[in-house]
Amino acid sequence: MIWSKEETLSRQEIEAIQLERLKETVQRVWDRVPAYRAKMEAAGVKPEDIKELKNLAKLPFVTKQDMRDNYPFGLFAVPKDELVRIHASSGTTGKPTVVGYTKRDLEVWTECVSRIAAMGGATSKDVAQICFGYGMFTGALGLHYGLENIGAAMVPSSTGNSEKQIMYMKDFGTTLLVATPSYALRLAEVAYQMGIDPKKDLKVKIGLVGSELLTDAMRAEMHKLWGDDMLVTTNYGMSELMGPGVSGECEYMCGLHINEDYFIPEIIDPKTGEVLPPGEKGELVVTCIYKEGIPLIRYRTKDVTRLIYEPCKCGRTTCRMENLDGRTDDMLKIRGVNVFPSQIEEVILSVDEIGPHYEIIVTRQNHADRLEIRVELLKATDSYRELEAIEDKIKSKLRVMLGLDAKIRLESPNTLQRFEGKAKRVKDLRKEL
Amino acid sequence: MYIKQLSIFIENREGRLEEVLNALTEANINIVSMSLADTSEYGLLRLLVTDPEAGKKALKEKGFSAMLTDVLGVKISHRSGKLQELLKIICEAQVNIEYMYALSTGKDDASVVIKTSDLEKAAKLLQERGVDIVTSQEVMAM
Repeated sequence: MIWSKEETLSRQEIEAIQLERLKETVQRVWDRVPAYRAKMEAAGVKPEDIKELKNLAKLPFVTKQDMRDNYPFGLFAVPKDELVRIHASSGTTGKPTVVGYTKRDLEVWTECVSRIAAMGGATSKDVAQICFGYGMFTGALGLHYGLENIGAAMVPSSTGNSEKQIMYMKDFGTTLLVATPSYALRLAEVAYQMGIDPKKDLKVKIGLVGSELLTDAMRAEMHKLWGDDMLVTTNYGMSELMGPGVSGECEYMCGLHINEDYFIPEIIDPKTGEVLPPGEKGELVVTCIYKEGIPLIRYRTKDVTRLIYEPCKCGRTTCRMENLDGRTDDMLKIRGVNVFPSQIEEVILSVDEIGPHYEIIVTRQNHADRLEIRVELLKATDSYRELEAIEDKIKSKLRVMLGLDAKIRLESPNTLQRFEGKAKRVKDLRKEL
Repeated sequence: MYIKQLSIFIENREGRLEEVLNALTEANINIVSMSLADTSEYGLLRLLVTDPEAGKKALKEKGFSAMLTDVLGVKISHRSGKLQELLKIICEAQVNIEYMYALSTGKDDASVVIKTSDLEKAAKLLQERGVDIVTSQEVMAM
């Protein structure tokens, strides 16, 4: 279902809204945020230089570092008493990044997520269980407000206690699941261990998974465990921009529809910063054009994708971003080869004899990088030859995918760590050179 | 005619074997014979136990990758050259032995566990030659 008429405007209409809102936002940050003004002055650009949408390229980028340098409220464009909510990222590498919302920001956020949830098949009839951690993380509350706005019955079960999560699903008749892809797989695994077949014994038919990459292989694995009739879509966002709600997949799963009346996407060459023409692959840069609390302009997401402007079969005319295949900062450089963990995941999910959980360990021995992958053996066997064949199969698929040799370590089922939030599957131990 | 062998995948790590044995002890299952080879990363632990089905169930519950495999138990008298005679019969039929280990030894006779590429053919052949086969009932009673 299409939630709002803004999703079906003509290109001209969308661009008219975008230009008007962009001008307002630029003027506002110039007036209210000294750090922005300093950046714009250094780049030699003033608010009146923004006459058309393509003038956006004149404005300087904002990065995560800018947010840290201005911790906590330096980039906010409203006085603190206008804020009604503050969220923060986990900040695993340094100070957390802090974002604030005004009352209108929360309304817009709710609207954006409502659209995305409707794209993913949600209706007022759904019983929606949110298995994202509630707290400073924007994922849980973002999805919560959007789905509640649609009229779904919310089950804010958060993360943890997976047996109880399954019990709620069964007893409350949960029809819609919100989780990271890896936690959704974990929940299915726990259900099977409890003697509950998610396909037959549960009613979950919609999966809105996110906060982690949903690869095609992971989607196939979701169908395998939760049933072929489950509509599994992903959506995109980040707390810096708003939280979830920037874009999402519709039932055709051919890219994520961007809420263009609130966000302007651009694709740049991450090395030069040049804007690339439509259709080319590069780093996604997003400008928030209708935010009061912390309107980021040309925020570098570090996510790699391409933009598609052709209208979609679903009837929406908004620009789509191709589903991600890896963040630029998730990339590992191993023996000079660029490796995205999602590529390794694709290989692992394509091998039936092993489970979907894995751990990637990169070490350096005698000045050479060494890639080791721990996986769980699902197939019981009585033959060393078969074990070697399974290892060889994984190795040769990885060689084709990455052009690298890896060491495979088979482990017993349920020995690798399970994640309830964002999975941390990579251990790069190459600190010492 | 065949014996059900319990085969378990275990990582070559401190404590893993002990965890297997603990699961079997809790289920009150006795081990009659076992084989474990040393490899660098993992090993297959092969066990003949008093109740293979219950053993498999107990191990699966503890998260182990375990399965039952048909193997052949063969009695041979305790004399030099007897094992060789047995193997000769199997080799002549062009059946390959995948692995074998001792099942039990007594004063007068011994027995071995054999896994071959074609178990049915090997069993038939040995029976035709009058070789004594150990039954699973005998193993359970050990």
